[in-house]
Amino acid sequence: MGLRKVLDDMEPHFHTGGKYENWYALYEAVDTIFYRPSSVTKSSSHVRDGVDMKRIMILVWMCTFPAMFFGMYNIGFQANTAMDAMGITSPDTWRHSIIGALSSYNAASLWDNMIYGALHFLPVYLVTFVVGGFWEVVFAAVRKHEVNEGFFVTSILFALSLPATVPLWQVALGITFGVVLAKEVFGGTGKNFLNPALAGRAFLFFAYPASMSGDAVWTAIDGFSGATALSQLAASGVDGLTVAWSDAFFGFIQGSMGETSTFAILIGGGALLVMRIAAWRIVAGVFLGMFVLSALFNLIGSDTNPMFSTPWYWHLVLGGFAFGMMYMATDPVSASMTNTGKWAYGALIGVMVVLIRVVNPAYPEGMMLAILFANLFSPFIDHFVVQANIKRRKARNV
Amino acid sequence: MSEVRKVLFAPIMNNNPIALQILGICSALAVTSSMSVSLVMAIALTMVTAFSNFFIAIIRNHIPSSIRIIVQMIVIASLVIVVDQVLKAFAFEISKQLSVFVGLIITNCIVMGRAEAYAMKNPPGMSFIDGIGNGLGYSVMLLIVGFFRELFGAGKLFGVEIFQTVQNGGWYQPNGLMLLPPSAFFVIGLVIWALRAWKTDQVEAPEFKIAANSRVQEAH
Repeated sequence: MGLRKVLDDMEPHFHTGGKYENWYALYEAVDTIFYRPSSVTKSSSHVRDGVDMKRIMILVWMCTFPAMFFGMYNIGFQANTAMDAMGITSPDTWRHSIIGALSSYNAASLWDNMIYGALHFLPVYLVTFVVGGFWEVVFAAVRKHEVNEGFFVTSILFALSLPATVPLWQVALGITFGVVLAKEVFGGTGKNFLNPALAGRAFLFFAYPASMSGDAVWTAIDGFSGATALSQLAASGVDGLTVAWSDAFFGFIQGSMGETSTFAILIGGGALLVMRIAAWRIVAGVFLGMFVLSALFNLIGSDTNPMFSTPWYWHLVLGGFAFGMMYMATDPVSASMTNTGKWAYGALIGVMVVLIRVVNPAYPEGMMLAILFANLFSPFIDHFVVQANIKRRKARNV
Repeated sequence: MSEVRKVLFAPIMNNNPIALQILGICSALAVTSSMSVSLVMAIALTMVTAFSNFFIAIIRNHIPSSIRIIVQMIVIASLVIVVDQVLKAFAFEISKQLSVFVGLIITNCIVMGRAEAYAMKNPPGMSFIDGIGNGLGYSVMLLIVGFFRELFGAGKLFGVEIFQTVQNGGWYQPNGLMLLPPSAFFVIGLVIWALRAWKTDQVEAPEFKIAANSRVQEAH
């Protein structure tokens, strides 16, 4: 146990009075990455369980891997296909020198696509992690609390929700906004009422709409442009779509880095549901809300707005719906806490997504806005559930 | 003299109408997307507050208490109409940008608040100074917010280009959020944060306190 000894030998320096006492948060973070914390809850009411916050967060993090690896492959696949179509043999960027050494630009090759995608995803993730981690450590050091493992989840979800074409300085700004203004100003993990990853993305969405709005596709190669599937739907309905449903389901379409493959997301999200980390009531609520309202719109129909006729199975596979439903809406801090409230909270998201997609002409995609909207309502929903429960029990015990 | 100084300068940092009393937020969101509009709005509000305080203080002993709000409103509304007409005559372009918000000075909580809280109890001279002071507090906040919003939202200050934007062949990518009214919430919030970190007596007492770890013996 060499590492344990190294850490133990270092520890006194980080305690009060030690050389590096201001950096205790950093030491604690490194220590708990490798070992489980030695401190245990001391007050009277707590549950003894093998699962702690760290384990939950790491599991969520690992459950995003299917979407992440597929996303990397798909970035490369889309870009290499687009290059073939445009007749470009190699893009003139810094990435070219690395790709040239490791692989080539063959859209049929798994390896080539993965390398291409990794060179787009990993810088974004690295910037997210370094900049967001920097703010986490600063606040932890000043406020004398620990760096929370929740940032693992925030960072990966934020990075996966971004397009591959996003400039890295925008990534840094977005995660700064998400961590500082959506989380730390309210007191840190557990006290944020918005999902920090989504708040950071929303910041970029409104600050730099030209590159983030989702009207045009994000393909990681200069000079390629086209309408996203959701824009095609808004323009000419299901008949105007140029992608097949199976492609959209398995994720061979353009989109943000981690959200294209509904299939990969369902694998990761399914694991979260089986392990009971994500609340199945929220997921079911989101799905039902979307299903009911889109079915209703199908029945109503519209001559002027082709989005009305979009069936539920297209809503499910396009845009960020599946990703938001599995990973973003189920964030335990910003969602409703009560069981009944989870149904209402989920349904609110599902309904809002379809409303924004179908009725609002300004935004082609509504998952991010719908979840943030429901985040604001979740304490309100809980309040009414609790009050109703009190009322019911009072009436029973007169 | 020290009393005058206190009435005049306390509202700028120690008792800022926007940052501490959280009044007049709506106009601070609406008009601060550029510095020149913020400045005109700040001057207009300072004038209205100062003169409404002055006139209300003159007649304060003759206003029946039961209808004092109506009387205050009449004084304030008359002044706002004067300001609106002056702006339309001499600064028509800016008056168009301010549009309805000049008229809405009537409902600005700062004007009413100072009339009710100060001018009804104090002589005209001091009331006038109090109006100027609170107008200055409002102006300072408006200009700070306008500074950040115009600089980062459009790369300009008072319409003069500071950061050359990408559209004009420069390097700066304007931040569209800063031109939307909600960004003023973020900027005002950050200013309040900075102000309270500096002057800790402005921090509000917490509404509740989390109980300390009780460290009771575990049952065996």
